[in-house]
Amino acid sequence: MPRNHVEVPGVVDYLSILNEDGKVDEELDPDLPKELLREFHRKMVLSRRFDERLLRLQREGKVGTFAPIRGQEAAQIGTVSCLEKEDWLVPAFRETAALIWRGASLSDIFLFNAGFNEGGRIPEEANVLPIAIPVATQILHAVGIAYAIKYRKRDQIVLTYFGDGATSEGDFHEGLNFAGVAGLPVVFVCQNNQYAISMPREKQTKSRTIAQKAFAYGIPGVQVDGNDVLAVHTVAREAAQRARGGGGPTLIECVTYRLAVHTTADDPTKYRSQKEVDEWEKREPLIRLQKYLRQRGILDDQAVNSDEEEAARQIDEAWKATKDRIDELTDPLAMFDYLMADLPPYTKEQKEAFERFLATREAD
Amino acid sequence: MPNLTMIEAIRMALRQEMRNDDSVVILGEDVGVDGGVFRVTDGLLDEFGPERVIDTPLAESLIGGCSVGMAIYGLRPVCEMQFSGFSYLGFHQIESHASRFRRRSQGRFQIPMVVRMPYGAGVRALEHHSESKEIYYAHTPGLKMVIPSGPRKARALLLAAIRDPDPVIFFEPKAVYRAFREEVPDREEVFPIGESEIVREGKDLTMIAYGAMLHRAMEAAELLDKEDGVGAEVIDLLTISPLDDSKFCESARKTGHVVIVHEAPRSFGAAAEIMARLIEKSFYYLEAPIERVTGFDIHIPYFAREQEYLPSRDRIVSAARRTLEK
Repeated sequence: MPRNHVEVPGVVDYLSILNEDGKVDEELDPDLPKELLREFHRKMVLSRRFDERLLRLQREGKVGTFAPIRGQEAAQIGTVSCLEKEDWLVPAFRETAALIWRGASLSDIFLFNAGFNEGGRIPEEANVLPIAIPVATQILHAVGIAYAIKYRKRDQIVLTYFGDGATSEGDFHEGLNFAGVAGLPVVFVCQNNQYAISMPREKQTKSRTIAQKAFAYGIPGVQVDGNDVLAVHTVAREAAQRARGGGGPTLIECVTYRLAVHTTADDPTKYRSQKEVDEWEKREPLIRLQKYLRQRGILDDQAVNSDEEEAARQIDEAWKATKDRIDELTDPLAMFDYLMADLPPYTKEQKEAFERFLATREAD
Repeated sequence: MPNLTMIEAIRMALRQEMRNDDSVVILGEDVGVDGGVFRVTDGLLDEFGPERVIDTPLAESLIGGCSVGMAIYGLRPVCEMQFSGFSYLGFHQIESHASRFRRRSQGRFQIPMVVRMPYGAGVRALEHHSESKEIYYAHTPGLKMVIPSGPRKARALLLAAIRDPDPVIFFEPKAVYRAFREEVPDREEVFPIGESEIVREGKDLTMIAYGAMLHRAMEAAELLDKEDGVGAEVIDLLTISPLDDSKFCESARKTGHVVIVHEAPRSFGAAAEIMARLIEKSFYYLEAPIERVTGFDIHIPYFAREQEYLPSRDRIVSAARRTLEK
């Protein structure tokens, strides 16, 4: 009865293909189709500019608190682009780029951020969940959907997002644990953006990587340069294929950086230096992609301008449409909508009493 | 017509609905091989297999959150929290998500899930195994909260709960689990959620109770009849939320005297809401202050004193006499 070593998996791959100068590792280059690469660019530009517009509107008091994505576009576009139309996307709350990739209405996002529940509408054909604000909780919904897919023997997978902070929450562990045990078709994407509001990654966990936490649950874990859309897409494609082929879940850690505020209510100068932000600014994903695409002859000044103009046009149009919708959404009684299939009797009495009150208020 | 305990009647509902509808799945701790710690799900694994009777890891948040995801996809999960006192780790998923997805998605997703859990005192159990905290759930918009009092109602209400398009919290009074048998019809029987029932008619006094306490209220009613000649009307609430105030408000208009019984702590309990409705809707018919016979505003004592904590027949009778004297 000696003291033996028990072998457990212990090596995390870190993948980087496109460095911050736009240099590509020729051997690792996935050589993606030109049209897909161009679409990466279009959607990264659109997401970046949309985020900037939201921030401006927030500062003008026209939309409420929201979580900007600046710096995390590659982590989102690189992963979400591995999904098929019928697959399910389960976001946290900082995934605007992924939602845009999946065809979310910009006007709905504006409307939601302007404080209207109506903006949370999910169209019938979209297999996407609304944003989930309590950290890590959505991971379990992804697991439940994946269980149902497996039970129904459907050819679908689920991809869910969360941050580095979420990996300290119980739901992260409960979700990965059960997904591993049941062999579920789900891809767990951690956008490690280095901060959970003010808490740096180093204080969130003693683990050297977040990816290694997968090993405790008997599933593969991989780390990737989250600002390198080629590398992100490569690992996500492997994970999606594994899930689709019955190989179970994967944990992907995208090492990235939140270049903006946590939310518009946050002041990051309290907890990080400008020098650090400047360092990460050099590694940001959009310019890096542009350098690569120019080298490959997929992008030139004219194409950049055209993508920028198209993004600006879509954003302007969506905000204009949103303002019209806001003007029409004047009925406070809409707050009673969609509570349950049928409004319970006493809630109905409250609604009717409120309606009578509103009528008298209007009469005054 | 089989003569069943509440445990057998609940199992009958589960089995029938799983045969009817392959979207119904069961998940929870020890629900499969073990058949549940109270044996409610005994035998279901053999009939329906491990894909539909799922032994989950020991993780209540997973049980709640995974059920939400299953329901989003179109399944009808019936999950079990082993004891209501352990459900709080899963409460976050029920409050923050199960109750809200319909609104959050503006009607795209509904959450037809049932969360079953044994609750209540009276079986000489450990700490955390005896409480009655139905109000945590009843206070949450978007949830339905059901508590049957006997085998037949448990079976018929559980069928309604599984078929309901919205999340239903289903509390099972463990003191009643094996306390008595009742005839439960083989044919399908479904009782609507949101309707209380007058289980004993009377003209002098209205008594409102639910779960295990319904039986204490009935014993009190019989004694009042025999010793005082008082006709107590007893209402079994069955659904805590949405609360059916029509029957007890009407009864109170007839009797003018009301006693409300529950084993949960008194302050902010179901009786407080019932009193509020009575004051809103039957105030001018009340002839005396309403009496509450409840658990005290303390953590339930360990089992040597649990019977002293619980509303007893004699405490209920004493409260009834007090309100009738006024």
